[in-house]
Amino acid sequence: MLYAILCYHDEDFVGSWSKEQDAAVMKKLAVVQEKLAKQGRLGPVARLLPTTAAATLRKDDPPLVIDGPYAETKEQLLGFYIIDCKTLDEALDVARDLGAANPGGAYEIRPVGTFAPGGAVT
Amino acid sequence: MTDTAWIDAALTSARPQAVGALLRYFRDLDTAEEAFQNACLRALKSWPQNGPPRDPAAWLIMVGRNAAIDEVRRNRKQTPLPEDAAISDLDDAEERLADRLDGSHYRDDILRLLFICCHPDLPATQQIALALRIVSGLTVKQIARAFLVSEAAMEQRITRAKARVADADVPFETPGAVERGERLAAVAAMIYLIFNEGYSASGDAVQARRPLCEEAIRLARLLLRLFPGEPEIMGLTALCLLQHARAAARFNAAGEVVLLDEQDRTLWNQKMIAEGLALIDKAMRHRRSGAYQIQAAIAALHARAEKPEDTDWAQIDLLYGALELAQPSPVVTLNRAVAVSKVRGAAAALEMIEPLAGRLSNYFHYFGVRGAFLMQLGRHDEARIAFDRAIALANTSAEAAHIRMHLDRLMRDSAPRDATAGK
Repeated sequence: MLYAILCYHDEDFVGSWSKEQDAAVMKKLAVVQEKLAKQGRLGPVARLLPTTAAATLRKDDPPLVIDGPYAETKEQLLGFYIIDCKTLDEALDVARDLGAANPGGAYEIRPVGTFAPGGAVT
Repeated sequence: MTDTAWIDAALTSARPQAVGALLRYFRDLDTAEEAFQNACLRALKSWPQNGPPRDPAAWLIMVGRNAAIDEVRRNRKQTPLPEDAAISDLDDAEERLADRLDGSHYRDDILRLLFICCHPDLPATQQIALALRIVSGLTVKQIARAFLVSEAAMEQRITRAKARVADADVPFETPGAVERGERLAAVAAMIYLIFNEGYSASGDAVQARRPLCEEAIRLARLLLRLFPGEPEIMGLTALCLLQHARAAARFNAAGEVVLLDEQDRTLWNQKMIAEGLALIDKAMRHRRSGAYQIQAAIAALHARAEKPEDTDWAQIDLLYGALELAQPSPVVTLNRAVAVSKVRGAAAALEMIEPLAGRLSNYFHYFGVRGAFLMQLGRHDEARIAFDRAIALANTSAEAAHIRMHLDRLMRDSAPRDATAGK
């Protein structure tokens, strides 16, 4: 079963990391990713730009474009992983590994219903 | 990341909101800062043991406020205490306080905190130093290093700036729409000052001042998060990102300036460029043009060009034309002339800058650009005079070295053809 691991974190906090701190976290996360990739369980991974770069289309009538992210929350959606796991426990283990590399925030683990890998974008 | 590094980042990110709220309570910058410092000390003790609070800013505000009130209580036993009810039961205080910290409230807190740093009586360098100290929380030592002055001198500069701000009587009530707009513009200008202080550095100062660019970007993003629909704040953030994206390519190993045309574009930071382009894209949809957006759009055209010859100079010429209307200045015209030289040739460009001679008679770049146009037109003797003048006006050794390189090229190019020069 495919799971999405949605990464929530306070982006002010993440933005306060020094370049070295940021690089250190990314390096640790890469180790976890590499392990998953070797096992053939790693799907697309994305780190999103800050929510200040986001725009939201509210599907009112007529649809309304709003600057900024969809939800005003303490923690923001900053990225996601798609991984292949047999059970929720397995997915939670992956999230724990990622969490050990990246302090603070929270992961939402969501089973994927339909998955279209695309392929045109690399 | 170690525990302390992690807590440092949490304290830094919570700082503008926490100090801003404490300033609203105490209406005194020193008291607010001291309260925040106290709260940080307690956080360093408590967080490693108990784990970080869910809302660090709310935690720091509450703890800082209580510490300051205790202090008042100790020092002035006889005087009546403020807001006694607010400090008596603290069990759920964090929760309730967090509830009250809705977006609009802390938005004005942070804006006020930034705004007091840009008091018009303060010279630019003091505004920047104050903002870096109070809002960003850089240490006096760090700021002193960025400005290449001694720690004692910087301490004095900040103390003086604070004293002036304390006398200034910044209003604490929630600002109206017009006033908020004015504050926003002043703060945007101050953030751009911080950025430029870092960006315009050269030679040995480049490394020391780079953090100023990064801090300006952080503050610009913070401001944009508070005012997500303001196209000029999008423009400001985009402008800083697009310029800073070139940081790794702007100087060679010897610390000399590398001009845009000669930069190794593979060294440009593509992630910053992507963010800058996304922001300028968003800003343009508002159709409310402004100086930051125009400058960001110009930077975007440079960023989009994979090779120098791909640069859309005609569009850049138009944008500088718009900038001349929005923010008339001889320096803008000078920059436009560079674009004009690429589109319509050096003769048209030279004609454009002739009228600026009086106002820019002491401006290094005027003579550098003038010399370059004259050189392109084959008027080598005049070019040499302009370059000599530029060297005399150079602010840094890197600037002088760059012009000298032009002079050398001029000598090389003109020497064998001296007989035919001037025809």
